[in-house]
Amino acid sequence: MTDMTTRLAGVEFANPVFTASGCAAAGKELDQFFDITLLGGVVTKSIMNAPRSGRATPRMAETPSGMLNSIGLQGPGIASFLEHDLAWLQARGARAVVSIAGGSVEDYATLAKELRGHPAVSMIEVNISCPNVEDRGQVFACDARASSGVVQAVRQNTAVGTPVFAKLSPDVTDITAIARACVDAGADGLSVINTLLGMVIDTTTMRPALAGITGGLSGPAIRPVAVRCVYQVHAALPHVPILGMGGIRTGLDALEFVLAGASAVSVGTTVFGDPGAPLRILDELEQALAERGIERLSDAVGLAHRPPVERVPEDPDPVGDEPVAAMSDSPDDSPSDSPFEDAFEETP
Amino acid sequence: MPLQVAGEILAIKKVGAYQAVTVIAPGIPELTRPGHFLAVQVGGPESSMLLRRAFAIYDVKERGVYGGTVEFVFAVHGKGTAWLASRRPQDKLDVVGPLGKPFRLPKTAVNVTLVGGGYGSAPLLPLARALRERGCRVDVVLGAGSADRLFGFLDAKRMADSIAVTTDDGSIGTRGRVSDVLPGVLDKSHADVVYACGPMPMLRAVADLAAERGIPSQVAVEESMACGIGVCMTCVLPVVGDDGLTRMVRSCVEGPVFLGDRVRWDDVGSVPSDAVGAPTTGGRP
Ligand SMILES: Cc1cc2nc3c(=O)[nH]c(=O)nc-3n(C[C@H](O)[C@H](O)[C@H](O)COP(=O)(O)OP(=O)(O)OC[C@H]3O[C@@H](n4cnc5c(N)ncnc54)[C@H](O)[C@@H]3O)c2cc1C
Ligand SMILES: Cc1cc2nc3c(=O)[nH]c(=O)nc-3n(C[C@H](O)[C@H](O)[C@H](O)COP(=O)(O)O)c2cc1C
Ligand code: FES
Repeated sequence: MTDMTTRLAGVEFANPVFTASGCAAAGKELDQFFDITLLGGVVTKSIMNAPRSGRATPRMAETPSGMLNSIGLQGPGIASFLEHDLAWLQARGARAVVSIAGGSVEDYATLAKELRGHPAVSMIEVNISCPNVEDRGQVFACDARASSGVVQAVRQNTAVGTPVFAKLSPDVTDITAIARACVDAGADGLSVINTLLGMVIDTTTMRPALAGITGGLSGPAIRPVAVRCVYQVHAALPHVPILGMGGIRTGLDALEFVLAGASAVSVGTTVFGDPGAPLRILDELEQALAERGIERLSDAVGLAHRPPVERVPEDPDPVGDEPVAAMSDSPDDSPSDSPFEDAFEETP
Repeated sequence: MPLQVAGEILAIKKVGAYQAVTVIAPGIPELTRPGHFLAVQVGGPESSMLLRRAFAIYDVKERGVYGGTVEFVFAVHGKGTAWLASRRPQDKLDVVGPLGKPFRLPKTAVNVTLVGGGYGSAPLLPLARALRERGCRVDVVLGAGSADRLFGFLDAKRMADSIAVTTDDGSIGTRGRVSDVLPGVLDKSHADVVYACGPMPMLRAVADLAAERGIPSQVAVEESMACGIGVCMTCVLPVVGDDGLTRMVRSCVEGPVFLGDRVRWDDVGSVPSDAVGAPTTGGRP
């Protein structure tokens, strides 16, 4: 039996598989397909202070191994959320991670106050991929100062012991800079990643396929980008817990995120095509760890950052023009001390 | 409560311009009512098409030789339906259903008119059967682009007290639209309720004609859906609630059947400014 428990900033969860914000509503619908209390946690759709109608339709376009969405954060507002959705999750006995979204620092602070000390809130995820109405609609997540302002406001208004995770956007030049700003502002952990901005043009109407023109790309199409982001953030901030996501479809996909440095994962878009996926992925992940002789999930977190296995020692005086054949990555090579000073080389 | 079933195709056959697929999907038939739909995985487990395709349930059999089966009728539209059309008996097909809110049936034996456009007649045939069993008078209007896109004519003819047919090209029945013949049918049959399924412009015309006569209508809409189970919020349209307020409601769980006079037809595809939570001028983007 593999120990699947995971700790996120001091809070323990029974296992590392969560839903993703906006891909599971508040858990009720998925509970028809499997027992949602068996998940590590349910991450609810980002909630705002006031009810919100969202954008015009079409809001969705399927893309190769992915989809674009421009929902526009449709939701009932925090009061209704507390009364219906969170109350339901509490009665059901599920672990709730509440995602919040706003248009100003003040909005986020108010939301945090509303949720403060609520017994059903295991954790708060701050969706900072929202336009800042006080800064010409600039997305918070794309600017280190704006991100840290939001995170600080939420952290200050949240009970000690309730972790606050900031959810990062991949649409930035250096994701580690934003990650660091969020952590410096008090984030206890990071959710990595939100969708990538994309666009589809309908060649029949010769117009953008979405009413919102652009939309967020999700699904397996973005998985390599997401794994790279988790890897970079973990390398830069090895002690900060990460909730990893982006195109997870199988237990092995989830394992990739864990190896890159995630202590838990969210399953998003995959649920649309396979409502039972989160529980299947949990089983597959547990099996994958067992097959690799890993007894505790926590032992696998960040394993991909180990220095590469020692290669055949380089010949100080190569004979002939045999190139770097000695650099072959044969798994037979016996491990020893790393010849590399920095295993976490920055990508150019 | 919907089920996710790893089903198997029992039969797939061409019906005019459409294909009819029967899937062995135990458990689903017992739960199905007319107007429910299925969400079907396309392209196999490794498919690059992540999203399910929605199809109205046409027929169900609770106990066949192979266990419960469910049948739907589809037109090839894009990649997913093209893949479906290439399936053969014994191929696997993962289905989720029954989904959505079905048609509500009248409690007493009243006069009903059913209006189907293209494959939209598929869910109306089991509805006609259920209404007949309740002793209703059933009049049917079917419309399509051409004769090969008219689905269920013979079945409907057998069950209905009267049937009227229109095609855009006049290849069968009256040349024109269902809305051209519907007023006559409604008046002659003294319709108490109208049910419709088909393309959105047709639904709108039917809902308007019924409303003009003070007749309640129930229409099954077709909105683009990503999940079909209520978790993604892609399938919304503006609908007026019992409290008189307009909300962007999910057609996959609160529909696909709506009261015709509650849908804000002019505003489908947009967010009316008086909808709950609509952006206020000068407010959030
Ligand atoms: C409740 C409901 C019942 C339906 N019943 C039937 C039926 O009985 N027979 C039938 O032939 N068709 C029906 N449709 C339409 C059918 O779902 C689409 O034709 C089909 O999804 C197209 O898939 P595709 O891969 O061929 O097209 P693509 O254009 O490649 O599809 C891409 C994506 O858009 C979505 N999509 C595209 N067009 C539609 C559409 N018109 N409605 C919903 N989603 C769409 C698909 O689900 C998919 O996710 C129904 C739709 C709904 C919502
Ligand atoms: C339809 C849809 C709605 C989403 N809504 C939200 C949201 O409200 N808040 C948020 O933080 N992320 C939202 N996301 C992003 C996901 O939570 C997730 O970060 C992203 O989709 C990548 O994971 P995936 O590929 O597994 O879906 C949404 C994604 C989709 C597809
Ligand atoms: S299709 Fe996802 S909510 Fe309706």
